[in-house]
Amino acid sequence: MRQAYAHNWRHQREGNKAIEVPVLQRRGASGLTWHEKSARFNLLLEPHLDAVYNYARWLARNDNDAQDVAHDAVLRALEYLDGFKGERIRPWLLTIVRNTFYTWLKKNRPVEMVESLEEETHGAPEEVADPQALALRNADRRVLAATIERLPREYREPLVLRELEDFSYKEIGALLEIPIGTVMSRLARARRKIEEILRARGVGEDV
Amino acid sequence: MNQISKCRAELVQAYADAQLSLTETLEVEHHLETCDRCSASYRNQRALSTAIAESSLYYRAPRSLLDGINGALEFSEEPSPTPIASRINAPQGRSPTPIRTSLRRREHLWRAVSLAASAAFLIVLTAGIITRFNLPSPEDRTMHDVVSNHIRSLMVSHLADVASTDQHTVKPWFNGKLDFAPQVQDFAADGFPLIGGRIDVVSDQPVAALVYRRNKHYINLFVWPSTTVSAPEVAASQRGYNVIHWIESGMNYWAISDVNRGALEDFVKLTRSGR
Repeated sequence: MRQAYAHNWRHQREGNKAIEVPVLQRRGASGLTWHEKSARFNLLLEPHLDAVYNYARWLARNDNDAQDVAHDAVLRALEYLDGFKGERIRPWLLTIVRNTFYTWLKKNRPVEMVESLEEETHGAPEEVADPQALALRNADRRVLAATIERLPREYREPLVLRELEDFSYKEIGALLEIPIGTVMSRLARARRKIEEILRARGVGEDV
Repeated sequence: MNQISKCRAELVQAYADAQLSLTETLEVEHHLETCDRCSASYRNQRALSTAIAESSLYYRAPRSLLDGINGALEFSEEPSPTPIASRINAPQGRSPTPIRTSLRRREHLWRAVSLAASAAFLIVLTAGIITRFNLPSPEDRTMHDVVSNHIRSLMVSHLADVASTDQHTVKPWFNGKLDFAPQVQDFAADGFPLIGGRIDVVSDQPVAALVYRRNKHYINLFVWPSTTVSAPEVAASQRGYNVIHWIESGMNYWAISDVNRGALEDFVKLTRSGR
């Protein structure tokens, strides 16, 4: 212990003044030591780890795949961190989560790439139910989660970003690469679908 | 003039999402007063939002994710350590490796690497002929922990578990929380007032962290028992922080701050003269 200490810190003294000792010089090809990468992670990305995982989890819909995607997305983000020029890091980070997820999906679950979107009814607007009739207060966590998971991804994504991340329409549009008008219509459809599903399920009925 | 005479669902939705300008907000509010259909739709959306918010649908990252990332950072020095990342950059024609397999392979690799690392560490240590030390040594790890703890203490509002400028409040606070009693002194008269204390973990053991202030800068002084009786001061700087380390009376001391080297040395002098 003492030996490693002496060697690594090289107790060199210049007069009475302690002199600076370089600590861990080894660097990866990205030019960062693991200390530096680790510090960047701790400082910049770790505060958003829940957001990374949450988004990955709502995309992948199971814990294992979400963890794989989140893991790779974070390491990827660390490599590209210097390229970040935006205002908020979280939307940027979630863009990487999203790209990582779709790359992963294409390689591992190609069938799920194509989602069959249910035909939308564009006819006469449905009657608006009384909020109480939606029995939202009675819909427990499990029912609500299952309902949102059942939504096609293109509706699920903006809903999760809006309701759970409180992203603005503009941020959602930038992240999903769709115009704001489309963000709004997809959000509206997502919400309408949830209401329909919950109403069809009826009060207190199980999943 | 531009008042909403007709129902515009997307505006009502945007209103409920608080995404409208002030003018638009007022217009929608005015419309909601007179339109039952739109106000029902508004209440629906709010009810849904509330239900989602109250159902804790936000998934928190599991501890294993954090551990996995830290592991990957420590043991991989390669620029693109992730199978996905390398595949993203690779041409499309590459044979698709299932991610689970490559992840598992990667874990094995790390395990092998870490085993090899421990073995190498032991050999090198025994031989005592370390000239170049390539693996993170205990001191590097300690340094890393000290710097990370310092940064973290400044980031979140977690500078002190016990916030007090009174050394007689801070010192007893550690009683029963640590198996040693750190010396706690206030240097307010010398321009280094005591701010408080907290418990941190360095090198996998609980340590006392004493927090001092120098003008607008904070100094963390980490204290814990050492196996060595004493060691002279060693100064280093990492990521812009000055660090001074010494061992005295069988206790490890690590002082870290973004104050300049001179000020930190003054602080260390005060700390040492008090004993």
